[in-house]
Amino acid sequence: MGSIKDKVAIIGMGCTKFGERWDASLEDLAIESAYEAYEDAGVGPEDIQACWIGQGSAPVLGIGGTIVAEALKLRDIPIIRNENWCTTAHIALIEASIAVASGLYDTVMAIGVEKLKDTGYPGLGTGRGMSPVLEARRTAPGSFGLIAKRYFKTYGLSDEEGKQLIGKIAVKNHDNGSLCPKAHFRNKVTLDQVVNAPIVAWPLGLFDCCGNSDGSACAIITRAAHAKKFRSDPIYLKGVGIAMDSLLPHLRPGFDWLNFDSLVNSSRKAYEMAGIKNPREELDVAEVHDCFTITELAIYENFGFSPRGKAKEDIDSGFFERGGGLPVNVDGGLKCFGHPVGASGLRMTYEIYKQLQGKADLPERQVKNPRLGLSHTFGGPPQISAVAIFGNERG
Amino acid sequence: MVGIVSYGCYIPALRLERRLIADAWNRNSMGGERSVANNDEDSITMAVEAAANCLNDRKREEIEGLFFASTTAPYQEKMSSALIATVLDLGREVATADFANSLRAGTAMLKAAMDSVKSGSAQNMLVTTADCRIGYPRSDHEQTFGDGAAAILVGDKDLVATFEGSYSISNEMVDVWRNPEDKFVKTWEGRFILDEGYTAHMKEVVLGILKKYDLKPEDISKVIMPAPNSRTQRSLAASLGFDAKTQVQDPLISNVGYCGAAQPLMMLAAALEEAKPGDILLLAAYGDGADAVIFKATEYIGKSVNRYKINAFLKNKLMFSSYVRFLSYRGILEAQPGEPFRLFPSATVSWRERRSSLRCHASRCKKCGCMTFPVQRICYHCRSKDDYEEVRVSDMTGKVFTFTRDNFGGRSDDPVIVQTVAELENGLRFYGIMTDCDPDSVQLDTPVELSFRRIYEGAGFHNYFWKLRPVRKGEIN
Repeated sequence: MGSIKDKVAIIGMGCTKFGERWDASLEDLAIESAYEAYEDAGVGPEDIQACWIGQGSAPVLGIGGTIVAEALKLRDIPIIRNENWCTTAHIALIEASIAVASGLYDTVMAIGVEKLKDTGYPGLGTGRGMSPVLEARRTAPGSFGLIAKRYFKTYGLSDEEGKQLIGKIAVKNHDNGSLCPKAHFRNKVTLDQVVNAPIVAWPLGLFDCCGNSDGSACAIITRAAHAKKFRSDPIYLKGVGIAMDSLLPHLRPGFDWLNFDSLVNSSRKAYEMAGIKNPREELDVAEVHDCFTITELAIYENFGFSPRGKAKEDIDSGFFERGGGLPVNVDGGLKCFGHPVGASGLRMTYEIYKQLQGKADLPERQVKNPRLGLSHTFGGPPQISAVAIFGNERG
Repeated sequence: MVGIVSYGCYIPALRLERRLIADAWNRNSMGGERSVANNDEDSITMAVEAAANCLNDRKREEIEGLFFASTTAPYQEKMSSALIATVLDLGREVATADFANSLRAGTAMLKAAMDSVKSGSAQNMLVTTADCRIGYPRSDHEQTFGDGAAAILVGDKDLVATFEGSYSISNEMVDVWRNPEDKFVKTWEGRFILDEGYTAHMKEVVLGILKKYDLKPEDISKVIMPAPNSRTQRSLAASLGFDAKTQVQDPLISNVGYCGAAQPLMMLAAALEEAKPGDILLLAAYGDGADAVIFKATEYIGKSVNRYKINAFLKNKLMFSSYVRFLSYRGILEAQPGEPFRLFPSATVSWRERRSSLRCHASRCKKCGCMTFPVQRICYHCRSKDDYEEVRVSDMTGKVFTFTRDNFGGRSDDPVIVQTVAELENGLRFYGIMTDCDPDSVQLDTPVELSFRRIYEGAGFHNYFWKLRPVRKGEIN
């Protein structure tokens, strides 16, 4: 496989306030993030030569690139929609980057936009996937909750110990989110609150689950060689990795619910491209897919942030907290932003982009001198993982 | 002085010959035809039509109140007048209220509006009424009922008729009723309810108001008496001493039908169209008692205050060829289900888009003037952002720019959809469905106007939007 390391750079990004945006349509959200990105990059709609849109919840058939074409009045350029579970925005970003790296385009846009709050229901709904009977009554918490029991048993944790362990992830992310102005939820929580909250799908309680939100985030991407014409501090793409499993974990013979191939392989590919040997040591900041606290726990070990079975030690020592060895989800993560599916990957990348520029919106949540950052989404039943690694220096 | 500033009717374009109903049941036809609300119409949409007709080009922001009266409001709990006021693009501070549950709701509303203006609590009130009642298949009601609407603008200046007084009686009697779960209107024995109900109370209220204001039948220029059928009305008028040829307002039964709570105001609007200065009009309406009201035409009567006269509706009609489809349109007979709508209705989206989808606002770019519907935050032409003003387009007319007949786009009982792009004023394009048309008669450049319609049912509520409709021929005031 080839590499696009240091071939492209992000020169501008925008991100809406996430939350219950009753007053904002998909179009309004797209305008909000795109115009922040234009301003940040010092470009306008006339500079955009192609656009990739991440959009999940709109009708399967009948949206295409229309939403962006209508809202932003981008015209006479390709607008390509991507939907691939929770990795939707990441794949839009990665495909846009590959297109620039190919030399076909100079400057393109990747935008993720999602409204989950128009359905009249607070959740993602029951029933997922393609089969009306096989997937009936399957929910996101019900799918990811399955990880917990196997993890707890394998590593000798009682139910109470397991709940405490994942509960600490919620406490950390809420603490981070409390400092983030664009987050949906900005409340701190205590471990007591987390473990005693109503159960959604055991062991996942209310605070183990991310919220449902509306939001949009947008990136303007150009060739790395040109990036400094736009700004002094572009952020370079160092590595990408996408991996999709061939059979749902639920159906796979021998699957242990600890080792997720898509997580392992997507991160391995991205590390290889970025030239990272030891992610625990080399990465300075990461935004990973904490749709549920148990998911973030699984990612620590599948990504090599913690050795297998040792995440507990890192959680207990505060390794993933702000100021720790590898701060994870310093903006509060999906936990505090909620998860507007098609927007999340770009929202996470927005945080990495700002952190690597040293421009976190509040100084108290700026990670000290980061050089390399990772953003990641993990989706489906779970089945697909997408990773992107960024750096603030061109190699 | 309080009285009527403007008035307007609405009668749906579809008409069903009563012969077709009678033939289906091997019964005698009452003769003539009845109006039938289209499958995208209900009491709210018909009231909007009548109100727009009544308001014509009056400034919408000057209207201070809107009432709605009907026995067939689409919602049992949810205010129709609030929706109608929004669709008419009235101001946020408009006072709204619904009148319901009785055939007398229309006149009760009219009296309340007169009282509001008289008391000084409002300078004007727009009263709207529509009904779309359903009779049992094979019943007389099925033939006598019609669907229609009316609106009256009540005010304290520029009056075409002054409000001279009123008289009411209330009466408890189980004669005509519907329980919450009933689709069809129920009645007790016809002879009993007509003699002891309708006729007795109409007599009492008419004689009562004449006495109260010291008038004789011959002082009345037109007596307006809605009736469940023509024969009953004729004998009532005769017994009261009114001359059938000169003094009695046509009850609209033969060519429209009995439109429930809307009938009194529809007939009043029709009478105002023909009144001369100084004419005294006596309106009496029955329903759980009776209301009577007297108006006197001013020197301004005869001015073209509304957009369409009732004749425009009576003449421009589409004959409905099938009794079975009539049953299906009213939901009495369930036709084969068509393909389900794939767009999920959302109260959140409807709320957010109310400026365009209800108020029918387009955006006009302040920089380049480009007009687009629905409202666009970024100008299609010059891409300036959030620099526009909203313009109401519901009262614009235009011409068909292009169209197609989609033979499979509609409901299974009405499958042909004329998808149309129309060019309205200033190059504004409106893309929508053409309603109330013979699909084969639509042409390029066919003049069109906008009409507020019910689009589909979903998520347990009604979804409304605007459609296009051919402009009625040669009848604009």
